[in-house]
Amino acid sequence: MSQTKRIIAYCCEHGGMGAAERAAKEQSQFASDVVIISVECLGRVDLLHLLQAFREGADAVFVAGCLEKNCHHLYGNVEARKKVDQAKRVLDSLGLGGDRAEMFNLASNQGLEFKQSVDIMIGRVERLGPNPLGAKK
Amino acid sequence: MIIGEQKPLKEICDILEGHHRILVAGCRSCVAICLAGGEKEVGILSESLRLHSDLAGKGWEIDEVTVERQCENEWVREIAPKIEGKDAVLSIACGVGAQTIQAMYPKVRSLPGLNTSNMGAPIEPGIFMERCGGCGDCVLHLTGGICPIVRCAKSLLNGPCGGSQNGKCEIGKETPCAWEEIYQSLKELGRLDLLEANIPPKDWTPSRSGGPRKIVRPEAVMSETERQLRGER
Repeated sequence: MSQTKRIIAYCCEHGGMGAAERAAKEQSQFASDVVIISVECLGRVDLLHLLQAFREGADAVFVAGCLEKNCHHLYGNVEARKKVDQAKRVLDSLGLGGDRAEMFNLASNQGLEFKQSVDIMIGRVERLGPNPLGAKK
Repeated sequence: MIIGEQKPLKEICDILEGHHRILVAGCRSCVAICLAGGEKEVGILSESLRLHSDLAGKGWEIDEVTVERQCENEWVREIAPKIEGKDAVLSIACGVGAQTIQAMYPKVRSLPGLNTSNMGAPIEPGIFMERCGGCGDCVLHLTGGICPIVRCAKSLLNGPCGGSQNGKCEIGKETPCAWEEIYQSLKELGRLDLLEANIPPKDWTPSRSGGPRKIVRPEAVMSETERQLRGER
């Protein structure tokens, strides 16, 4: 499946954005399927934001924040993981597939790992198929 | 406060089947504290239902409102403009709130999005425990401030049963024995003498199973004259 995916990445301004910027500089194969939304801390990302992204047609949404026990704001990444777990349950319940949501813990120098995270989500979208709501947008 | 938890999303979707213009109604009181039916939960549930509607082609129109206390007519009256034209109100307040809406708006279906569980308290973030059985005949003054009615699995009034082991109840290793807690509390208070008090067989008549209970405070009841003077119906 080669058509463009609609993948939303919420990245914290520290670990997540640092890794994304590094990936953009260093990874020549960096996917164009990703829309990056920068937030100060992943603690700001709410379940509502994740669901809204899917309703707007996102094929997958992931959040990328600081490594565990290394959150710039202490526990924003812990809160974010809970929200992603909630989103997975809702998506499974609605039959859309919980695997469309994911959380990755990255340090700002992990450009390669950010690229790998994107590839994981692309793989999942190829397995699950596009979000049916995407075609309506 | 009243503790409840949202019904599974699948069950809520099934309950809403056949309705199109739906108002999700939350409450800022008890159910907001137990993270089941406050403004935030209204937003998340509404978005989940919109997502379901879009995916399944239901064509649902989902609107949202959260009132201060869904159990009081004064607050529920204010949402009349929101209810206008709706097929159903999905209440994620407690059962009292859902019934208050149904009573005030008898032509619109009031549907429960929440399972109301008990009267309890948050014991740590995200964990809520039953604390009061509403038995109508409180004995906390004799039991160190710990309710044996709901915190003892057998509602025993004069000490533990034989299933109490190492401070735990026989129903589960995570459940403390209420009478162990009562003993420790009375010891802390220096009132172990209260363990000698013989609590007689409980009068259950003020409790449940006698129909809906009613409490009247005469000083607050309005006479017909007072109603007329206040201009109320």
